[in-house]
Amino acid sequence: MTTLPRWADLGLIPLLNLSLAFLVSGLVVAAIGEDPIKAITVMIQGAFVYDGSLGYTLYYTTNFIFTGLAVSVAYKAMLFNIGGEGQAYLGGLGAVIVCLALDSILPAILLIPLAIAGAALFGALWALIPGWLQAYRGSHIVITTIMFNFIAAGMMVSLLGGPLQRVGQSSPQTRNIGEAGQLPFIHDIGRAMGFEATTTPLNLAFPLALLACLGVWVLIWRTRWGYALRALGHSQPAAVYAGIPAQRMIVVAMLISGALAGCMAVNEILGAQHKMVLNFTAGYGFTGIAVALMGRTHPVGIILAALLFGAIYQGGAELNFEFRTITREMVLLIQGLIILFSGALALMFVPWLGRALRRG
Amino acid sequence: MTPAIRMQGITKRFGAVIANDAVDLTVKPGSIHGVIGENGAGKSTLMSVLYGFYGADAGTIEVEGEAVTIASSADAIALGIGMVHQHFMLVQTFTVLENVMLGAEGGPMLAQGMEENRQELERLSQNYGLTVDPDALVGDLPVGVQQRVEIIKALRRGARVLILDEPTGVLTPEETEGLFQILRGLASEGVSILLITHKLNEIMAVTDQVSVMRGGKMVAHRETAVTSGSELAALMVGREVSLTREPAVASQGAPALDAKDMTWRDNNGVVRLQDVSLTLYGGEVLGVAGVSGNGQSELLNVLSGIEPMQEGELTIGNRRIVSADPAGPAEMRKLGLAHVPEDRHHRGLVLPFEARENAVLGYHHGPGTGEGRLISPAALTSHCTRLMNGFDVRPPDPMLRSAGFSGGNQQKLILAREIEAAPKILLIGQPTRGVDIGAIEFINDRIEELKAQGCAILLVSVELEEIFALSDRIAVMNEGRIEGVVRRTEADTATIGRLMAGVTGESAA
Repeated sequence: MTTLPRWADLGLIPLLNLSLAFLVSGLVVAAIGEDPIKAITVMIQGAFVYDGSLGYTLYYTTNFIFTGLAVSVAYKAMLFNIGGEGQAYLGGLGAVIVCLALDSILPAILLIPLAIAGAALFGALWALIPGWLQAYRGSHIVITTIMFNFIAAGMMVSLLGGPLQRVGQSSPQTRNIGEAGQLPFIHDIGRAMGFEATTTPLNLAFPLALLACLGVWVLIWRTRWGYALRALGHSQPAAVYAGIPAQRMIVVAMLISGALAGCMAVNEILGAQHKMVLNFTAGYGFTGIAVALMGRTHPVGIILAALLFGAIYQGGAELNFEFRTITREMVLLIQGLIILFSGALALMFVPWLGRALRRG
Repeated sequence: MTPAIRMQGITKRFGAVIANDAVDLTVKPGSIHGVIGENGAGKSTLMSVLYGFYGADAGTIEVEGEAVTIASSADAIALGIGMVHQHFMLVQTFTVLENVMLGAEGGPMLAQGMEENRQELERLSQNYGLTVDPDALVGDLPVGVQQRVEIIKALRRGARVLILDEPTGVLTPEETEGLFQILRGLASEGVSILLITHKLNEIMAVTDQVSVMRGGKMVAHRETAVTSGSELAALMVGREVSLTREPAVASQGAPALDAKDMTWRDNNGVVRLQDVSLTLYGGEVLGVAGVSGNGQSELLNVLSGIEPMQEGELTIGNRRIVSADPAGPAEMRKLGLAHVPEDRHHRGLVLPFEARENAVLGYHHGPGTGEGRLISPAALTSHCTRLMNGFDVRPPDPMLRSAGFSGGNQQKLILAREIEAAPKILLIGQPTRGVDIGAIEFINDRIEELKAQGCAILLVSVELEEIFALSDRIAVMNEGRIEGVVRRTEADTATIGRLMAGVTGESAA
C-alpha cells in the first residue's frame, strides 16, 4: 500500500477528488447547453449566500454528521455498517413513540432527552442483531445491515399505514408531536435574542451533532475502549494477543454506530418536521457512508465532509430552481458524481500521487 | 539414466536477500526425492523457480536432458511438471469431475468434455490407485481426498514430475500414510516426485533421495537408505553449533507454571500438541528446541491463552486452567504471565499504531495509559520514552509509527513492554528472528537479567545456538510431543538432534 504524507492524505486527495467530480459535473452541465460557471456560482450562492440558505445547508449537514459518525465508529473496528438508513429509520420510531405517548404529560425538559434516548436506543437495537450475527456467527455485516434496511422500510410502511397513522388521514404519517417534544429552531432562539432571522429548519440538533463529534473523538482517541477498538480494527491477531474481547467489541461498536445513526431522527423529527413521515430518512443514511469515507472517518473530517454534502444538497435544490433544464434528476446525478469520486473512488489518485511525490 | 530434472547453479535474489545461492538439484526418474530444510531455507523459492513463478537470476534447468526456460507455470505444465500447493486450488462448490476438467473443458458445450474427463478420471484412478468419487462435491470431501483431487488434476495435465509443497501439514496421520502409498504407487509408474517438507520422519518414511537446504544453500545430498534422522537434523540446523555463550548458573526456584497432558487440535482436527507436560521453575530458562512447525507455536498460543485449552490442565499459582474454565490472554497477564510472540508483525505489534500506543498493547488498563478515566497522551509518551531509554530503542521517538522501526528495534520495544510489566513467567518465541547481531546480544542480556530476578522463562527458538546459549534445561519438541527434557550441562547437539528427529532410546541410528 502506498503511504502518503499526512497533508497530502488529508488535504490534497479530497481536493483532487472533489475537483474531478466538479469537472465531470461541469461537462454534464455543458452538454445540456448550460454554462457550467454560472451553474456552480448559483450552487455556491444557493448554499451559503441567499437569505436563509446557510440555515438549510447546516440543517442537512446535521443529518450527515450523525450518519457519517455512525459509519466511522463501526469502520474503526473494520466493520462496514451499510445499515445507517434503517437504523436512522428505527431511531425515528423510537423518538416518535416516546413523544406520542408522553407529549401531553411531560415537560420539554424531560421529554426531549427521553425522546433522544429513544432514538438512540432504537437505532442501537436495530444494529445489535447484525452486530451479534457478525461477532458470534460470522454473517457478513454488509449483507445483514443491507437486509435490515429493507426490513426497516417494510416495517415502517405497515406501522405508518396502520397503528401510527394519524387518525382521519390517508397519508402515511403520524400526528404532529406536541410542543413539549419539539427542539427549538435556531431562528426562534435568534429572534428571542433580538436578531433578525430567516425561518429555516435549522434547530438545536445541529449543536447536538457537533457535541456528538466531540464525544466520538474522545471515545475513539482518548478512552481505553477506543484504543482497544482501533487495535482490533488494525489487527485482529494483535487484539486477541492483547486480551481484547473481539466479539464483544464488535457488538458494542455496532450498538454505538446504530445509536448515532438513530440520532439523525432527532434532527428530522424532533427538530424539523415534528412528525414522522414515510421515508423521512431520504437516503441520508447511505450518503453517510460517503461522508465518513471522505472525512477519513475522523470527526473533524466528517464535519467538513458533512458541510460539503449539506451545501451540495441545498445548492443543488437551488440549481433546480434557477435552471429549467437542470431537473431534479440532474441534481441527483451531480450529487452522485461527487459521492462516486470522493467515496467509491477515494483512493484512485493515491498510487499516482505517491509516485509523483516521491519523484519530486 | 537421464535425470528427470536437473537444476544447476540456481540463484535467486529478493533485493538484498539471497533466497537461493547457486543451488544444484538432480531428480532421478521414477524416484521420490525429498527436499528438507527449515522455514526460510529456500525450498519454496527453488520450487517456485522450477514451476515458473519466479525467473532465476542465474542457473540452468534441464527437463529429461533438454535445457529449458520456464517463464510461467503454463511452461512448466507443458513440460510435464505439476504442482500440488500447500493450500489447495480447488473450487469448493464444484464436483471432483468439474474441478478436474477446469481448464480442459473441450469446447463451448460441456457434455463431450465431461465424458472424456470422466473416462480419464477412471483411467487415472485405476492406474494409480487414486480412487475418488467423480460426482462428490469437493467441499464435502475430507482434506486428504481433496489433496488426491489436486494430484489427479496435475496428472490429468500430463505431469511426469510432481512437486508437493508441505503436503502433510493439513493431514491426519492416517491420511498421511494414504498419501505416501499413493506417492509410492506413482513413483513405480515412472512419475518423479519432489517432496518439500521440514518433517524428518516423512523424509525417512517415503523418499529415495534427500537434499538438505539451509540458509539458501544446498548443503547435502543423501541416499535416504544410508542416512539417518539425526544426521539430517544436524545438517538442517547447521552442523556446528558454536557455543560462544554459557548460561548463567541458575538457582532453580519454585514451580511457576505446570502443564499436564495438554493435547490440542487445530480447526481441521489435526493434533498439534500431544500430551504435553512440562514444569517451569522460577529463575530458570527452559529452552524449547525443535524443527519449526512441530507444535512450538501452538504451545505458546495455548500457554498464553490465545488459543483455548482443550485437553489437559495448566496450573499457574493457585489458578487451575482447564477447557471448562479457560483463561484468556487478559487473565494470563493478570496471573503474571507475559508473552513475546513469535510473530511480532501480526501479534506483537499493531503496525499502524504509534510506538507509544504499542508500548501499552495488552496493558492498556494499566498505569502506562495514565491514572484517569481517559487515556493521557502525556502518560503514554513518558511511559514509552522510559521503555525506549531502558531498552535502547532507536529512534527513541514515541510518536513514530511502529512499522517505521527496524526489526531489532520493534523486538526491543516488545521486550521492553513485556519485561517492564515485571512478569513472574515470560514466554518468548523466536526472540532474535530477523534481528540484527547487535540487538541479539542486548536481548540475550535482558533475558538473563530477568532470570536472575527469579522470573520463569520459556524460550522457544529454532536456533539451537540460542537455545544452548540461554537455557538451563532444553525440551525438544517433535510432532507436537515433547520428546525429552535434557539439562543444558548434559546436552550435546547430537542428543538434541536425535530428539528433534523423533529418534529416542538406544535404537537411535
